Amino acid sequence: MSAFWTLLKRDLLLQVREGGAVGTALGFYLVVVAMMPLGLGPDLNLLSRIAPGVLWIALLLAALLSLPRIFEADDEDGSLEVIATGDLPLELATAAKALAHWISTGIPLALLAPILGLLLNLDIAAYPVLVATMLVGTPAISFLGLVGAALTLRARRGGLLLALLVLPLYIPTLIFGIAAISAATGGPSGFQASFLILAAISLFSLVIGPVAAAAAIRFQTQ
Amino acid sequence: MTQTNTVPQQSLTQKLANPTRFMQLSAKLMPWMAGAAVALILYALYLVFFVAPDDYQQGQTVKIMYIHVPAAWLGMMGYALIAISSFGYLVFRHPLADVSSKAAAPLGAAFAFLALATGSLWGKPMWGTYWVWDARLTSMLILLFLYFGLMALRSAIDDEALAGKLCAVLGLVGVTILPIIKFSVDWWNTLHQPASVIRMDGPTIHSDLLWPLVVSAIGFSLLFFALHMKGMRNEILRRRLRSLTMAEVDRARSVSAPAAAE
Repeated sequence: MSAFWTLLKRDLLLQVREGGAVGTALGFYLVVVAMMPLGLGPDLNLLSRIAPGVLWIALLLAALLSLPRIFEADDEDGSLEVIATGDLPLELATAAKALAHWISTGIPLALLAPILGLLLNLDIAAYPVLVATMLVGTPAISFLGLVGAALTLRARRGGLLLALLVLPLYIPTLIFGIAAISAATGGPSGFQASFLILAAISLFSLVIGPVAAAAAIRFQTQ
Repeated sequence: MTQTNTVPQQSLTQKLANPTRFMQLSAKLMPWMAGAAVALILYALYLVFFVAPDDYQQGQTVKIMYIHVPAAWLGMMGYALIAISSFGYLVFRHPLADVSSKAAAPLGAAFAFLALATGSLWGKPMWGTYWVWDARLTSMLILLFLYFGLMALRSAIDDEALAGKLCAVLGLVGVTILPIIKFSVDWWNTLHQPASVIRMDGPTIHSDLLWPLVVSAIGFSLLFFALHMKGMRNEILRRRLRSLTMAEVDRARSVSAPAAAE
């Protein structure tokens, strides 16, 4: 198990020291959200109504951009082969990488969301719910994205292909994330049901993601 | 005869896994399946237009259902076929499984698209709009995206054996969407009507409408399998041609290499 923590610590350190990895995702998030009022017009009522959707979609896109880096750098310098042939089961190694992606990208994006909510005139009552749904939903983004990143490792035009593969898998997360927020701010459906389904999706991807990604990596490093 | 005794007993799937045997068998089956598909679809069309009554509310638009429902079933079945093939390829290394998975993807996508297109043509007069963001429609659209993803992944990787394995992984991950589509209409109370043919307490659709639908569904299923078989045959022939070409290139190289060395 110590190998798992070492790998996790290494990936997080790389994220911090590589420079720009986390900052770029946050900057992208900020810019995309700032584009919305410019495209839709500065009507505050409209913006406050669509704010949860805009924040969630922009978060998906920002997380998507950082997915290829999960395996790319390790594949280029050969450390992926070392990890694949090491003592640590590859499933746990890929899980550590996804966890590092979640900590370094998912959590900062979720914490930035309320600040961007100010730009979109989001209802103050929705802030705790927004952050809670994002913190619960972003593991699904990292762990499902892990599968896409592993599958497109050696593919031509990997980045574009990754979006095509992964975004459809994100749709349930998006739907229930939005449903939970709209329920908490007076929507028709119950908050608890949507929130629990969101948690279930995250737990499910926590299981399926590392296994599928490990299989894909094995085929490519053989 | 003495040789057959030494060959260990093979199961049916192992026998069919032999591409040569598959080619022989499918060559015999193809015309029958294609012929039966054409006959049944023509019969279904006759039933739909001359026998089945119009719906008292929907009028003639109910006839769209006889295409729409089989297309939707086959769109989902295509993915189930891909998932089974993917499992067979990853677990048992079944040589034909990858061929089957590759041939099923464009077919499933075509039927899923047909279901969406006929559904929106029916939706305009009945619901007043071509498209609603209903749970069933959305999940069918996701299924179509999954097909696109599978085809794009396969075409983006040069190494064919690797592409097959990676597509099998993606196929198994994506299979989680199938139950969501099947039950979306029951879980969320939405505009699309709930299941009315395949359900525990028997069909709720009237038998005058059900019978043409069953004929149409069998006809389109046969069409699907005939096209799938044809697609598999084409893929096997393409792979053989490719390996022959590669062997030819190797031979040409080995002939020219010593000459160049001299």
